[in-house]
Amino acid sequence: MNNHTVKAYDEDLKTLRALIRHMGELTLQQIRKATRSILERNGTLAHEVIDHDYEINLLETKVDELAVRVLALRQPLASDLRMVVATLKISNQVERIADYAVNIAKRTIILDEMPPFPEVEGLSTLVKIPKNMIERALTAFETYDINLALEVWQMDQEVDEFYNAYLRKIFAEMIADPKNVGPCTQLLFAAKNIERIGDQAQNIAEAVYTMVTGKSFNESDILKNA
Amino acid sequence: MPLKIDVKDLNLFYGDKQALFNVSLGFPEFQTTALMGPSGCGKSSLLRCLNRLNDIIPNVHIQGKVLLDKEDIYAPSLDVVELRTHVGMVFQKPNPFPHSIYENVAYGPRIHTLFKDKTELDEIVEKNLARAGLWDEVKDRLHQPATRLSGGQQQRLCIARAIAVNPEVILMDEPCSALDPIATARVEELIDELRERFTIVIVTHNLQQAARVSQQTAFFHSGHLVEAGETGALFTMPQDERTQGYITGRYG
Repeated sequence: MNNHTVKAYDEDLKTLRALIRHMGELTLQQIRKATRSILERNGTLAHEVIDHDYEINLLETKVDELAVRVLALRQPLASDLRMVVATLKISNQVERIADYAVNIAKRTIILDEMPPFPEVEGLSTLVKIPKNMIERALTAFETYDINLALEVWQMDQEVDEFYNAYLRKIFAEMIADPKNVGPCTQLLFAAKNIERIGDQAQNIAEAVYTMVTGKSFNESDILKNA
Repeated sequence: MPLKIDVKDLNLFYGDKQALFNVSLGFPEFQTTALMGPSGCGKSSLLRCLNRLNDIIPNVHIQGKVLLDKEDIYAPSLDVVELRTHVGMVFQKPNPFPHSIYENVAYGPRIHTLFKDKTELDEIVEKNLARAGLWDEVKDRLHQPATRLSGGQQQRLCIARAIAVNPEVILMDEPCSALDPIATARVEELIDELRERFTIVIVTHNLQQAARVSQQTAFFHSGHLVEAGETGALFTMPQDERTQGYITGRYG
């Protein structure tokens, strides 16, 4: 796409994109740390995740402020308008994802205070897909890649499948010994948070779809064409 | 919505220079259509074809058709003076006659004898000043010179004058470019109200204005109609690269 006649306008849009990228990277780091904290029962790491959340909240505020400024001062239209609107949505979704990472870290802290409980296999595999979804969704946002966005959208189904498989294992542990119910509930909440991260990544893909096509995302239309 | 004006394969030449190329565009009744594009794109030329204002330019040559209610306005039998009572015009700079406010509005009805007596003329003047949103501001000074009004008031007076002969179409050529934002907002609000009775065509350089006042927008470039469509769709998802470049400020 050509540059704007007004160069400062291009700079504003570039800054918005960079803020989203920065938010995304910090959030991915938070997810990695939160998952490691729960897998390793590492309370210190969990506290680190909780302490760093404000940085992402701050970035979201920055995106909001700049986007509103661009809307007011540049009055973007067509693809620029769609991009600014997408930025607002995506920053909100990324911030939610970061909150889920914090929730996972909070589970670690509770687990840490309980008697040692062995790892229920599957959580580390489960978290890989949503992380991958976020990375790809952000790339799709930067490159206007609608196919990549649709791919991300469909990946959520895998998350659901892995999540359900993990739930079955957790239930089996709970049934095996009532003492397991406490720690297993914490793991279950953590898994639920990971599953929700997948949903939010799917929402980012939808925002990218709308940004590129100008059409609102309609699930049945997409599945028809897939 | 039926088409009030239907332009078909219109080519316009000023001498050897072609200003419009095969333009086909329908103007739905009771809607505002905005014509936009860079300077020299042909938007004002097209507007002036709709009431045959181009006729006064020497060496002008037109091919194609402009249908008003399915009748060709370029047909030899057509009376141009009569045509212009159906298709009124408001120009870029307010151009009231150097007469009183009252006389500005009464002028058209007078020359076309659209009234029986003084009482009826008074009513016509009041009704049209009211429709133009100017009545309350001028009712106590109807016989003062129109030139004493502010720019925004003068422009609304010109609109009152244009609608006083009961046209069906109003053409506006950059009607707000000489007005401040508040006067502009009042004219835009007026355009929206007038749409109930009239079909409006507006040429504007101001993208936000086109977006605010029109239901249909047409984008012109170098004498060609590039794209026309529902205003909301055109400003959020233009189909042509040139429209996209122009409205996002990447034109050049």
